[in-house]
Amino acid sequence: MKIHIKNGHLIDPKNGIDVIKDVFIAAGKVVAIGAEPSNFKASRVIDAKGLLVFPGLVDLSVRLREPGFEYKATLESEMKAAVAGGITSLACPPDTDPPLDEPGLVEMLKHRAKSLNQAHVYPIGALTQGLKGERLTEMAELHDAGCVVFGQSDAPFINTRVMMQAMQYAATFGFSVWLRPQDVSLANSGVAHDGEVATRLGLPAIPVCAETIALSTIILMARETGARVHLCRISSAEGVSMIRAAKKDGLTITCDVAVNHIHLSEMDIGFFDSNCHLVPPLRSLSDRDALRIGLMDGTIDAICSDHTPVDEDAKLLPFGESEAGSTGLELLLSLVLKWSLEMKIPLISALAAITTEPAKILDIDVGHLSLGAIADLCIFDPNQYWNVEATVLRSQGKNTPFLGIELQGKVKYTLVNGSIVYEN
Amino acid sequence: MNNNPQINRDGELQHLLTTEGLPISVLLKILDTAESFVGVTERDIKKVPLLRGKSIFNLFFEPSTRTRTTFEIAAKRLSADVVNLDVAASSQSKGETMLDTVNNLSAMHADMFIVRHSQSGAAHLIARHVKPGIHVINAGDGRHAHPTQALLDMFTIRRYKKDFHSLRVAIIGDILHSRVARSQIHALTTLGVPEVRVITPKTLLSNKVERLGVQVYHDMAQGLKDVDVLLMLRLQNERMLGARLPSAEEYFKYYGLTQEKLALASQDAIVLHPGPMNRGVEIDSAVADGKQSVILSQVTFGIAVRMAVMTILMGN
Repeated sequence: MKIHIKNGHLIDPKNGIDVIKDVFIAAGKVVAIGAEPSNFKASRVIDAKGLLVFPGLVDLSVRLREPGFEYKATLESEMKAAVAGGITSLACPPDTDPPLDEPGLVEMLKHRAKSLNQAHVYPIGALTQGLKGERLTEMAELHDAGCVVFGQSDAPFINTRVMMQAMQYAATFGFSVWLRPQDVSLANSGVAHDGEVATRLGLPAIPVCAETIALSTIILMARETGARVHLCRISSAEGVSMIRAAKKDGLTITCDVAVNHIHLSEMDIGFFDSNCHLVPPLRSLSDRDALRIGLMDGTIDAICSDHTPVDEDAKLLPFGESEAGSTGLELLLSLVLKWSLEMKIPLISALAAITTEPAKILDIDVGHLSLGAIADLCIFDPNQYWNVEATVLRSQGKNTPFLGIELQGKVKYTLVNGSIVYEN
Repeated sequence: MNNNPQINRDGELQHLLTTEGLPISVLLKILDTAESFVGVTERDIKKVPLLRGKSIFNLFFEPSTRTRTTFEIAAKRLSADVVNLDVAASSQSKGETMLDTVNNLSAMHADMFIVRHSQSGAAHLIARHVKPGIHVINAGDGRHAHPTQALLDMFTIRRYKKDFHSLRVAIIGDILHSRVARSQIHALTTLGVPEVRVITPKTLLSNKVERLGVQVYHDMAQGLKDVDVLLMLRLQNERMLGARLPSAEEYFKYYGLTQEKLALASQDAIVLHPGPMNRGVEIDSAVADGKQSVILSQVTFGIAVRMAVMTILMGN
């Protein structure tokens, strides 16, 4: 299928393109930008006048809930939600049931995802068997089965020695290790940031040092083992400073933040809004501001949706008993646009955090529209407003702190491998 | 979600969930109404027909004898029909969710729920989901709030001290886990108490508690100086199981209220305790039974204050 996208405003962060230009797609690839190639007979012409055309989004944390949690969401529902949000590549954490710790499970997931013909799925393999933090998985086998990187999700290691050996073993093969810094004993059974709001509401709290102490261990160990480390979902100002310093010292680490955390703070919990029960917890306003600055100065490389669909009953509980997480696939792009407008950041820079940069972290050749690139792209109307309501979300998870809020920007078309997989 | 869910658009109290954000006029109305009920509780026939025909459900997801009984007595003195439900032992163990339990009872035409739950925010959740016209009183949710306890403490303080504006008040004990302390702090600051102190070891303090308008002390001698009202908190025995405190003995030595420590406060200082007391842990018997203790008055006034809250809510 040959597609001609005309009159669109093309934004390609990797190639520094930010002008009105036509895009020509054939055989699943970008074949020309600007002038029409000779003998190009488009079978579909999309008029993108007044719309933005940019690479499909790369999301570093999407819980698809398969296998094991199909009552919360299914692969079908979440893959549809992803393309509706302009996301064409996504990494899914291994915390399924059973966890992604065996090649067969990974192959099955890859196969199921592929047959749906929607976004590309990149499974994050479990670092340890059953995510128990005790014994290593067959990482090389898992890699052959399709795992691109390895992580522990939110599960702890039983001790620091196992963590070190996991990093050493991964480094042997050059595999990237993804870790969310959290000291389990300090986090204990906390459900909110250890600050004014948790004190006011009487909620068990998670101190900032639960993040920073784990972070210092990871940073020191990355240095010791030479492993490639990606830090997931940083939440505190102090954490951002430590990563900034480590990067300045020449350590090659990367880092992401969840999109909720660059907009919200502990204050948004209000009177026990369980949609604001997130992992890591929403921290103070000054933490949120530091995350925003960290993104702007490159300390934080990427923004992810941290998509975690939760069924309604699991949220209709007292805050501390409710299940943590929020749906995010369909909000990511609008929330990144909102952030760029609020911070007066050029959209091309903001988009880098959800296209080029996460693609680099995953070490995959997507997230750009160079000639010959895979035609994964998103056509977006930045001026269309929409209300975040349960009925408009395709994801099975309707849980988001932004429920009832009006957001700006709506995806009009999503293309994967040169095929239109979403059209609105 | 951020507006105060216990007050309706006309500023009337719909539910009593927390003392936080309650206008001073509402607080004073409750205290003044309670004054009129103290007389009732002292009469031979201790009953008024104000809530005749109303159904009040005591919904206790966490065991409590004392608080449940005071609510029951208060409701009966107002001639309401009271149903006690020990939910912890019945529907919850059968897997029914809290909101299903509430919906089922609402279908039995409940007019008011009195809710106790081990999780902070449980009463707010119920209040958000009950039908209009059904009132919710929070009888203690997790570490968050216990507004009627705080209100009866305020009532007791006003009875003995008259003017809130010239008082120094100290709250002593486990601030971190105490719903009573949080409700007391909000009520005291709203009523205009110029100096509210908390005295506790650092392991029993909640982070940023000074943002609630209190001064933090770790030393009883400094903290009790010139204090007019001492609000003691119960120290739960399980605090000694972890690493928050080494022993009840050491706690008593440094933070337990003895006559010697009480002598550091103002001469006419009064001592309150929400009960049940751990004698020899947070308070010495000589103080608990001494002439500065108003602990038994609190219990008596507690009935009048709960009658006042029920009457005001049902009238709105």
